[in-house]
Order: sequence, then C-alpha cells, then structure tokens
Amino acid sequence: MRWLRRNLVVIFGLGTLAYMILPNVVVTVFSFNNPTGRFNYAWQEFSLDAWKDPCGVADMCGSLSLSLQIALWATVVATALGTAIAFALVRYRFRARGAVNSLIFLPMAMPEIVMAASLLALFLNMGIQLGFWTILIAHIMFCLSFVVAAVKARVLSMDPRLEEAARDLYAGPVQTFVRVTLPIAAPGIAAGALLSFALSFDDFIITNFNSGNTVTFPMFVWGSAQRGTPVQINVIGTAMFVIAVLVVLAGQMVGNRRKKTQHQ
Amino acid sequence: MTATAAPPRAEAPAEPPVHKASARKRLVPYWLLLPGILWLLVFFVLPMIYQASTSVQTGSLEEGFEVTWHFQTYWDALTEYYPQFLRSLLYAGTATALCLLLGYPLAYLIAFKAGRWRNLLLVLVIAPFFTSFLIRTLAWKTILADGGPVVEVLNTLHVLDVTSWLGMTEGERVLATPLAVVCGLTYNFLPFMILPLYTSLERIDTRLHEAAGDLYARPSTTFRKVTFPLSMPGVVSGTLLTFIPASGDYVNAELLGSTDTRMIGNVIQSQYLRILDYPTAAALSFILMAIVLIMVTVYIRRAGTEDLV
Repeated sequence: MRWLRRNLVVIFGLGTLAYMILPNVVVTVFSFNNPTGRFNYAWQEFSLDAWKDPCGVADMCGSLSLSLQIALWATVVATALGTAIAFALVRYRFRARGAVNSLIFLPMAMPEIVMAASLLALFLNMGIQLGFWTILIAHIMFCLSFVVAAVKARVLSMDPRLEEAARDLYAGPVQTFVRVTLPIAAPGIAAGALLSFALSFDDFIITNFNSGNTVTFPMFVWGSAQRGTPVQINVIGTAMFVIAVLVVLAGQMVGNRRKKTQHQ
Repeated sequence: MTATAAPPRAEAPAEPPVHKASARKRLVPYWLLLPGILWLLVFFVLPMIYQASTSVQTGSLEEGFEVTWHFQTYWDALTEYYPQFLRSLLYAGTATALCLLLGYPLAYLIAFKAGRWRNLLLVLVIAPFFTSFLIRTLAWKTILADGGPVVEVLNTLHVLDVTSWLGMTEGERVLATPLAVVCGLTYNFLPFMILPLYTSLERIDTRLHEAAGDLYARPSTTFRKVTFPLSMPGVVSGTLLTFIPASGDYVNAELLGSTDTRMIGNVIQSQYLRILDYPTAAALSFILMAIVLIMVTVYIRRAGTEDLV
C-alpha cells in the first residue's frame, strides 16, 4: 500500500501516457490488417500487402506529396517572416509595439474555425479561385504567430552582452548577426520551423474551408472516413510516427552532445 | 536538476539596447515587421472585416448577397443554435478539465521523476503531433467499437450505468455518444495541456520542495502550497490552449459522435460548405468568437496572469 501511495504520480502519469499512445498502437497494428470490407475498423487477418504497396491507393500519395510541399513552403515563408517580427519586437522600441503584440496573439486566441470561415468569406467576396495558393496563404497566416512566439522566447533569454562583445571586437553588424546572433537564436528558429511544419502538414479545419477541390493528405483521410478507409492510411500513419520519433530523438542526441562538448 | 548544478545565468536586462542612431536605423524595426504584419492584415484582419460584412447581408447564392444591415441574423442564429453553443462549451469545458486532470500527473512525472527517461517521455508526448490527428481520431472508432474490449470492460465494471445515468452514454454503446466525443477531444488536445504544464513545472527550483519538507510540510501540503501555485502560468496557458480549439472543433463530433452530439463547429461547417447560407454562418462564427474572447479575457483577469503573452 505504501509503495502504491508513493508511486501514485508515476502510475497516473504512465496511465495518461498509455491513453496518448494507444491510438498509435492501434494504427500500427491495423496497418497489418487485411480487412474484408471497405472499412478498416475490425481485425480480420495478418497481411503485409499494404506495406508492400503503400501507394497502391488512387490519389493517396499525390495528396501526401501535396501536403509535404505546402508544409515546406509554409514553413519557409512563415519562419522568415516570423523571425523578423520576433527580432523587431524584442530588440527595438517603437510605436505600435503593443498593437503588433496583440495582432500576433489574436490568431492563437481564436478557434481555428473562425479564421477558416473568415478567410473563406474573403476569398468568396474577391472571387479568388480556391486551391493550392489559398491553402498556402492560410497556412502561412496561422503558422506565423507560432513562429513569432517560439523565436521571441529564445531571443528574450539571450544575453545582449555577447553581441556587444562581438561589436567591441570590431565585428560589423552583418558579421555580428551571422556569427553571433543567428547561431544563438537558432534553436528557437528551429523550434518555430518544426512547429510550423507539423501544424501545416496536419491542418484540417482551415484547409477544409479553403481548399476547393484540392485534396491534401488530411483531406484525403477525411474523405476516406466516409467512403472507406484503405489500410495504406495506417501504413502512412505508422511511418510518420516512427520517422517523427527518430528525428526528434536524433535532434536531442545532437543537442546533448553539443551541450557536453560546450561544458568541457 | 539543472537549476542547482548550472551556474546562475546572466539576466538579460528588461530594456532592450537603445539604438540612438540615424533616421535610417530607426526605420529598421518597421522594415522587419512590414512583410509579416502585412500578411496578417491582409489575410487575418481583412477577412474578419469581410466576414462581419457577410454577417449583415441578405440574399441567396443565385441572386447574390447584399449588405442590408440585417442584424436579425444574429438573433435568429443564436435562438436556433443555442443548444449547439451550450453543447460546445460543455464538451470543451469537460475535455479541458479532463486534460488538466490527466495531464498534470504526466507533466509532473516528466519534470521531477523521469530522470534519464525524461527525453524519451517528452518525445512520446510530442510525436503524435506528427502522425495525422485524423488517422489517430479514426483509431478511436476501433478502440471504442460496440462490443469491443473497452466497452466490455466498462460495462462489466458498471461504469456505463453511471455514464448512462449522467446522459453521457446510451445503453451498451460508447461510440456515437457524448462520452466518445469528449474522449476524442480530451485525447486530441492533451499535448497542448502537457507541454505548457511541463514548461512551468520544470522551472520550479526543487530546493523549494526540500525547504517545504524541512519545515515539516507533508507532500500533499507541499504540492498545494508550493508546487501548484508556482505552476499556475502553465495551468492557465494549458487550459486556454485546450479550451479554445476544442470549443470550435467539429472533427471529433463528426467522426465519433452522432447528430445528437453536433457542436457549433459542425453547424458553421455545414452552413458554409453544404447549405451555403453565408450570412448565418458568418454570424455564428462571430458569436463563437465573441463568446470565446469574453471567456478568455475574464479567465485571464481572474487567474491574475495578464502578463502571460
């Protein structure tokens, strides 16, 4: 009993973790299923077919590559624009600073569907054709705030004396920025970029409103929930999970090693 | 803990370095801001204005819409769809409470007890972000399936009797009931609760815990008087990050619920994309925005963390 009481937090915590991981386990298990009907909700028999032919479903891999392209471009643009805003907000005093801060905060404090609907109202009123470009515009818009938040947090904790020291050593403004400021801000920028990529790649609500007939991967999954879910969707889901875990673990290992070498 | 081992970090001064320079240099922040702010003005603020104008239009898709300052739409929308509004707030509120209840022990575990497992646990919290959330939500259909193991166990333990009595489930089903929708919402937004909680817990100096112990505080007292108050910023931002998106969500209600569990997001979605009644849809999403902004403002005032952002 005492052991139980002492480890209550650990037990509850691991319980929550199990709750969070359970769907991923189900997705993985059902990627080896061989369903009889159109839906992959009940276990039938073990099969490797879907793994041998992940692109065997019409249009699925096309939607996947479209989502990757959109996420990549949204990340590049949102990270560039967001980093500039973050630096301006932290490093300079200027009028309208408060207004800019609230403008950045508002998209995060609003249900996604409100932004999705209002963008649709704009595009409809202006007669703009919905598709790749409207999706990209929308994704850059909502990723921007998250990049600003991530980069701002990092730049705020930076010691400005490092830059002063660089300037004292006769580094020009450009040299100071490239050799000192940017490397220190890099983790924040990387976090913002990673978050943008994940948010854009996985976005459904805003895309649902502003995609017209263009089908991104989440849109494909949504459609398949009505028409019948191919097993290949689970294969992609499993692969994404494994890749994500490996990438994040690798990133942390690199970070740890760098920390160790810095301490020596 | 790094807090005790690492030397104290130099505090950055609150005021940024003052750039007293030429007019050209004074324009630098504006040039940095220009592209991003322009983007937000054109694709965030302008759309809101368009939506405001749409909400006071009348007409039909065939004849075209016209601004007639028809505020009646707001009243009609509110009277017709108030059950969906209430349901959204109720589901989102319940999911937020559950997220806090479930998320806190895990955040605490990662921050204080995980030791060398900390990184792995963090990865497991973040990794679901990268698997499509729609695929994972569909997996809940399998988990909660009628006659499946989960329903069977809940039934044997008479949990379903209690939830039926509460109106959360019907008979021996979980799918297509409010419980399934709340379960999906809780699941989907848990990481948004855990990460801010973890961040604020991790900042707590563990020496405070030792000090509380030295002063004969029991672990529960230490938690109530030291740990929890210090984690308030995380609690506030976690609940906001959970409640706001959950209140506008329609994916969980659509995939795991039934017509009886429709949330306001489902209504807005079908008004905009199926029924094509744009004025009503615009009015509905403005009402939702107003409700959420008012609740958030009041909540932040109450919680006393106005310098949160």
